[in-house]
Amino acid sequence: MKLTLRVWRQKNAGAPGAMSTYEVDGISQDMSFLEMLDTLNEELILEGDDPVAFDHDCREGICGACSLVINGDAHGPERTTTCQLHMRSFEDGDTIDIEPWRASAFPVVKDLVVDRSAFDRIIQAGGYISAPTGTAPDAHATPVPKPDADFAFEHAECIGCGACVAACPNGSAMLFTSAKVNHLNVLPQGAPERETRVLDMVGQMDSEGFGGCTLTGECATACPKGIPLPSISAMNKEWLRATRKVHR
Amino acid sequence: MNDYTDYATGAPVTDTKAPAGPVAERWDTRRFEAKLVNPANRRKHTVIVVGTGLAGGSAGATLAEQGYHVVQFCFQDSPRRAHSVAAQGGINAAKNYRNDGDSVHRLFYDTVKGGDFRARESNVHRLAQISVEIIDQCVAQGVPFAREYGGLLDNRSFGGVQVSRTFYARGQTGQQLLLGAYQALSRQIAAGNVELHPRTEMLDLVIVDGKARGIVARDLVTGKIDTYFANPCFTQIHPTCIPRTGEHQSKLTLMSESLRNDGRIWVPKAKGDDRPANEIPEDERDYYLERIYPAFGNLVPRDIASRAAKNVCDEGRGVGPGGQGVYLDFAEAIERMGRAKVEEKYGNLFDMYAQITAENPYETPMRIYPAVHYTMGGLWVDYDLQTTIPGLFAIGEANFSDHGANRLGASALMQGLADGYFVLPSTINDYLARNPHHDEVDASHPAVEEVVAETEDRLNLLLAVDGDRTPDSFHREIGELMWEYCGMARTEEGLRKALGRIPQIREEFWRRIKVPGTGAEFNQSLEKANRIVDYLELAELMCLDALHRAESCGGHFREESQTADGEAARRDEEFSYAAAWEFAATGEAPVLHKEDLVFEYVHPTQRSYA
Amino acid sequence: MTRTLWDSSVGKKTIMAVSGLIMLLYLVVHMVGNLKIFFGSDEFNGYAHWLRVMGEPFLHHEWALWIVRVVLVAAVVLHAVSAYQLSRRDLRARPSKYVHKKPRASYATNTMRYGGIIMALFIVWHILDLTTGTVHSGGFQSGHPYQNVIDTFSTWYGNVIYIVAMLAMGLHVQHGFWSAAQTLGAGRATRDRALKTLANVLALVLTVGFVSVPVAVMTGVVS
Repeated sequence: MKLTLRVWRQKNAGAPGAMSTYEVDGISQDMSFLEMLDTLNEELILEGDDPVAFDHDCREGICGACSLVINGDAHGPERTTTCQLHMRSFEDGDTIDIEPWRASAFPVVKDLVVDRSAFDRIIQAGGYISAPTGTAPDAHATPVPKPDADFAFEHAECIGCGACVAACPNGSAMLFTSAKVNHLNVLPQGAPERETRVLDMVGQMDSEGFGGCTLTGECATACPKGIPLPSISAMNKEWLRATRKVHR
Repeated sequence: MNDYTDYATGAPVTDTKAPAGPVAERWDTRRFEAKLVNPANRRKHTVIVVGTGLAGGSAGATLAEQGYHVVQFCFQDSPRRAHSVAAQGGINAAKNYRNDGDSVHRLFYDTVKGGDFRARESNVHRLAQISVEIIDQCVAQGVPFAREYGGLLDNRSFGGVQVSRTFYARGQTGQQLLLGAYQALSRQIAAGNVELHPRTEMLDLVIVDGKARGIVARDLVTGKIDTYFANPCFTQIHPTCIPRTGEHQSKLTLMSESLRNDGRIWVPKAKGDDRPANEIPEDERDYYLERIYPAFGNLVPRDIASRAAKNVCDEGRGVGPGGQGVYLDFAEAIERMGRAKVEEKYGNLFDMYAQITAENPYETPMRIYPAVHYTMGGLWVDYDLQTTIPGLFAIGEANFSDHGANRLGASALMQGLADGYFVLPSTINDYLARNPHHDEVDASHPAVEEVVAETEDRLNLLLAVDGDRTPDSFHREIGELMWEYCGMARTEEGLRKALGRIPQIREEFWRRIKVPGTGAEFNQSLEKANRIVDYLELAELMCLDALHRAESCGGHFREESQTADGEAARRDEEFSYAAAWEFAATGEAPVLHKEDLVFEYVHPTQRSYA
Repeated sequence: MTRTLWDSSVGKKTIMAVSGLIMLLYLVVHMVGNLKIFFGSDEFNGYAHWLRVMGEPFLHHEWALWIVRVVLVAAVVLHAVSAYQLSRRDLRARPSKYVHKKPRASYATNTMRYGGIIMALFIVWHILDLTTGTVHSGGFQSGHPYQNVIDTFSTWYGNVIYIVAMLAMGLHVQHGFWSAAQTLGAGRATRDRALKTLANVLALVLTVGFVSVPVAVMTGVVS
């Protein structure tokens, strides 16, 4: 395959960015999208140019590092992570636009690499159960109804890639935040901190400069792990419940 | 320069920390004997933790909970992305929730035997004891393990054992356990007890007066090199990997071994049979694992399944591109359980396979091939998990102690968390209590200035070569060399060839490497090139260890040492020891120190799965 | 709690949802009242008069009407201020757009902001036209709403303004009702279709109900 790539290049956070055009040839249909970029970078290095910076790690679709907007879609045309997107999803001769996640809470570090530490800070605000090592009762002390366990798992699947924020026209982190709130709040182990968790995480989310939810549904469509849109509603319910119970 | 294979054998090394006495009491004894640090004084001690995987993440969180000041590093942008996320299958624990005869002693026994009698009994027993607490800890943190309709935890049998002791979270156990540790760590970061440095890579260790006192790290975004100070040959091949498609491939994707519970492995009986799988009639298929190992069939341990696959492919009966693959067929399972049930059990793995190969595994058999998976080897540590450098501890996959020559399925996660949540937080007290560093080491200390200068020189040297080969091209070359000569089956001839080749690659590397840009910016090429320098050293050491160990055991199969029917032949009289190699200088032979392994409880027998 | 609501993006959405539902309830009542025009001037004018005397003798003359007006003004102001502040936050959160543009979301979702502005302008005109009579086209007669309505819908611009505003209202209600349900925590995967259907039915019934009046005047069914 021969492709034309239009890639966002930006030297660092402070520098202006722009799209640059590159041609790549000899791309196999079996390559992943990142391997296609590896090929481009090998050529750029040998030509003495600066290779395109992009985040990647496990390349198995589970770590959440890779983060490209491809032809306007977070993670590209398939519902998967960029590393699991294969070139067979494109046609020979295609022009492909590659951009970073765009949101003011995710400033560009370089080229296609963005800073997603805002997500970590949302988790730090309350996305945990306070259970210091050594204090746990036997694992079977508290049974968890299977539907609740399944609900928790479904939300725990979030890999924190940030595609939801990238896809949202408001740069909102509601789907990410709701995934963790719902995972922990449905479990009996998470109950003691149920109210403070949702209030603190939503508060942190707001102060990071993410936008609000207008329920466009773009986040759930882009999510490679299929976190469903009603998660947001479930979190809203938790938030309202907490607001009634906790007086601050 | 001497030939790299002319290594010297130094004094034996012994583990002085494991107490004597009954194996079941050793961990309690050690914890009692260890000195403690007064809780009020812990804040004054800084502990550096490098990495945020299962071991590092859980250790950082637990040490901070205990009151230590923790400074933690990861090269990823977030501590949640460490590679522990990729583990799919599960985590073992001797809970005996199934009442199927499991116990701490059985897990201990299975691990020593599964490790082909090359692990320490003391460590393995401690691991089995702690396994029980890990599950409690993780459940309390909200790890969403699979549950049954009664609300209790589900278990499955995994990786060649006959009890159901594996806890799992669909195909994402590693991810979910890591998130548990990450969340506990996040709580400590918010509390100000952990100072986290993401996108920061450790480049060197600062040693003052023989003790580890800090590290040299590079901020990957700004390129700034900083020092941080604190007070203080066995590889496993995984049989169920999706075969590779070409040289460009950066990553082979492993699929959970649980697939072997219901899938049947076969190749055509005839060589070079290139008909599509579905057109090969039943009587022309060779279900070779079921044929050779009738008792265990498709569930033989990983190393045996892997070698058998290589053997049939070497015979020319492999399938798929280049004949590097065997079929893993679910047709019979779909007929027996129904497609819906298969989908429920393996749906995510089937989807993953379809995504990568564009083939539908419900209709045509999957193709699989072995790939490198895990290194049982690692830094030599004592019972306290301290390396030979006082003050430097190695935990998780980074150390060598628990899995011997072969790791059981679902035991990696167990060991990472055992070390991080429970072992290190107990043993490090002893070190800190005995070594209260009252002298401050700062950036102006001569030892620090020296190691920072060395690090900077190395990076500048990499940037200065300006050759004509990319870091990736060297990475691929070493990878292929290692797979060829230090992979599933090793020979003296091959290993010698590799040991001859690596110095040539190193020489070529320093002549031809091209790293664009500067060291003072986000520079992924520089990161890669710098890691390759280390890979070369490690590759050389792995080959040397494989060469010197002229026996077959666990993940290490030497073709010269096999039984008449092609099984691995261990040579206990000569090799019942752990080989600890002391670094001499780059390109020079290291010094071998042997740690004799004593088996008081599980007596060595030749493994048999026939 | 008030502070928590106002300071949080989720809280402000809640305020929008509740105020939106209050206005939606009002719209349903208003629409049903409008349909009385099909039963002649006496019934319609009588209904308009009753609006002023409802609640008597417990309440003084027009008190009930003023209570409704105050609640509605509060709802409109809270809804609009929240919408404005949330929109500002949303725009700030995504300052640079993607170079590669794609058609996004549904029409109803995309037009919430513009629809809201159209309706705000419409309300001003509507009150000046038919409540105070300030911009009324014919001779405005207080107490004769039947004739006033016919006057308004006898001008082309009266019809255009009204029908455009009602179509905007329909789209706004279609996304807004479902969205409010999500915001108030009523969204579930299993309930999603029912909620969407209800939103569609509400939007359709309201639009048809309101638009039927100018259409009837234009076609001479009501004169």
